[in-house]
Amino acid sequence: MLLSLPALHLQTSEHHPLFQLPHGRLGPWCSPTGSPAPLSCETGCGEGSWILVCRLLVPTQVSLLSMEEDIDTRKINNSFLRDHSYATEADIISTVEFNHTGELLATGDKGGRVVIFQREQESKNQVHRRGEYNVYSTFQSHEPEFDYLKSLEIEEKINKIRWLPQQNAAYFLLSTNDKTVKLWKVSERDKRPEGYNLKDEEGRLRDPATITTLRVPVLRPMDLMVEATPRRVFANAHTYHINSISVNSDYETYMSADDLRINLWNFEITNQSFNIVDIKPANMEELTEVITAAEFHPHHCNTFVYSSSKGTIRLCDMRASALCDRHTKFFEEPEDPSNRSFFSEIISSISDVKFSHSGRYIMTRDYLTVKVWDLNMENRPIETYQVHDYLRSKLCSLYENDCIFDKFECVWNGSDSVIMTGSYNNFFRMFDRNTKRDVTLEASRENSKPRAILKPRKVCVGGKRRKDEISVDSLDFSKKILHTAWHPSENIIAVAATNNLYIFQDKVN
Amino acid sequence: TMLSKGLKRKREEEEEEEEKETLAVDAWWLDPGHPAVAQAPPTVASSSLFDLSVIKLHHSLRQSEPDLRHLVLVVNTLRRIQASMAPTAALPSVPNLHPTPSMDDNLVASSDAGLSASVASLLEDLSHIEDLSQAPQPPADEVPPGRPIGGAPPSLGALDLLGPATSCLLDDGLEGLFEDIDTSMYDSELWAPASEGFKPGPEDGPGKEEAPELDEAELDYLMDVLVGTQALERPPGPGR
Repeated sequence: MLLSLPALHLQTSEHHPLFQLPHGRLGPWCSPTGSPAPLSCETGCGEGSWILVCRLLVPTQVSLLSMEEDIDTRKINNSFLRDHSYATEADIISTVEFNHTGELLATGDKGGRVVIFQREQESKNQVHRRGEYNVYSTFQSHEPEFDYLKSLEIEEKINKIRWLPQQNAAYFLLSTNDKTVKLWKVSERDKRPEGYNLKDEEGRLRDPATITTLRVPVLRPMDLMVEATPRRVFANAHTYHINSISVNSDYETYMSADDLRINLWNFEITNQSFNIVDIKPANMEELTEVITAAEFHPHHCNTFVYSSSKGTIRLCDMRASALCDRHTKFFEEPEDPSNRSFFSEIISSISDVKFSHSGRYIMTRDYLTVKVWDLNMENRPIETYQVHDYLRSKLCSLYENDCIFDKFECVWNGSDSVIMTGSYNNFFRMFDRNTKRDVTLEASRENSKPRAILKPRKVCVGGKRRKDEISVDSLDFSKKILHTAWHPSENIIAVAATNNLYIFQDKVN
Repeated sequence: TMLSKGLKRKREEEEEEEEKETLAVDAWWLDPGHPAVAQAPPTVASSSLFDLSVIKLHHSLRQSEPDLRHLVLVVNTLRRIQASMAPTAALPSVPNLHPTPSMDDNLVASSDAGLSASVASLLEDLSHIEDLSQAPQPPADEVPPGRPIGGAPPSLGALDLLGPATSCLLDDGLEGLFEDIDTSMYDSELWAPASEGFKPGPEDGPGKEEAPELDEAELDYLMDVLVGTQALERPPGPGR
């Protein structure tokens, strides 16, 4: 059922930065929302409409033009922004993640960069600007590496970012490529000490003989600087490609999973990890299944799940044994005989698994559906949502062009009442678990006009195509929404479309 | 009739490279047991899908580091297609529209053998490469499950120092590391190309047995010497 959307006007603002960068890449711009009210997530997606908050292009060299520039000195030309696209392959966003408060939003891209956005602070004067995100920090997390032993290049693409809960003034996150996990510390510096006795202002040592008076160094304010430093590097523990990392609820350990193994790490120890799952067969010729995703339970630090390419989920308890090759629970839905095809296994392969915030459910994404499972029921999911069932008759073509192997992610909203996942043609879908309503929205530059709201989209399967519908054959399969994120407590979502990051906010009348 | 129409449409698709053109009768690709497929001879439809899958498999195998998930899914799909093709060809009830069913059987048999061989050899190569990269660490089956595995073995760093020419250095004996090399005294055949035996690929197969393969014991010995815990006692024999 479609949502009725009230008219809403977006205004462009002169106060938003445009960074004109040497490579011709564009910096972020934001348009404010027309509506101020923050929303509790209990309203779900059925009650309101979705509006574009900002569309952000990941900048290349933020260090040249950082946040502390006066807003007044920046010049904006929105039409210029809209007509230019300087996307390179390295700019393709490969992961998106809010931190635990939703204040920060991190993206990783194929070029190994991490860009962190920070939410605009609420102010009485500019209430309408709440809910926008601006660049906070950018750093190169991973570089391309060459493995001399195997004569292989290791991609620098960031596969996953996971935040640690904040315990002091600094922020910590884990970022990983195919082989190496890194712990990054992101901290602010807004004061600097001045008035050293033994050093002059440039840092040169002074001759002690020339010092006649002593003074106490003082901290003086300086322009805000955000620095990211690598605190730990967890390397050489994965032969195969890392697909998941997950921080444990004990905040002392985390796991990293590759195609065949899962390792448990302590944040303080980088030269050893514990192997807790190993599904590599003794004889590699017998390999028929790989691990596709893994996650810790949000509250029970001994419990985790991992999914497989055969559509199964295993829940493991680390208290049971050191090597969790024997699962505590095994979730699998019996195959539907009427839908059986040569591609049954490929489309059953799970691309993402996520615990609900409550810890009672897990959600899995396979090629055509999203499923919600109750941890207490292993033989079938409690809910199944069709993401794009019209593709079921096109599986052969999708197999031919390899789209059938695309790995879509899925996310819960803060109250576990709505789930979201991406599709093709820059479409993404939301399903309200309570009202059973669903909506298809599009993240595209056409929707980025000022005063634009998101119109629900509909794919026409057959028969007469209505005016606003799009036919299956017109879908652009190169525009895929694989990565999305939902703010932990508000109805703010981040949707990655190639090199663009869209931030949408729910509006309630 | 339906067969020729479909075949033609499939070839048109390939020629035009029109990904968006709809395959109206995608039902061909269903299991031969499915009622919708019973009318069309599944052998021919499946052989197109079979060929496509074999191409995908070979493409996957040719990658320097194959995507394991993609590889496993393609292999499993191929096995399904194979399984459906063999018994179907034997069914007398299937209308014999295919001109040479016997040739088809041979095709399946030879493809099967070739497929199994290449998949087996690639997966074994993957296994060897892993053993190689983890040689300084205890092999997995010797370590009790759950035991910590070294995350940053210093020995790998030493191998880096040796560079890609490791295999020929081992072949020649440890003395070669520490002595000035007088090339006139050495037979050039001893200096085997460094890349042999390291890279996985379809060309690696039974014919490459003479390529130097690092023995784990030799590697451990070399590491110990390099880090000084082991005195030079005997030069290791030439690589196998």
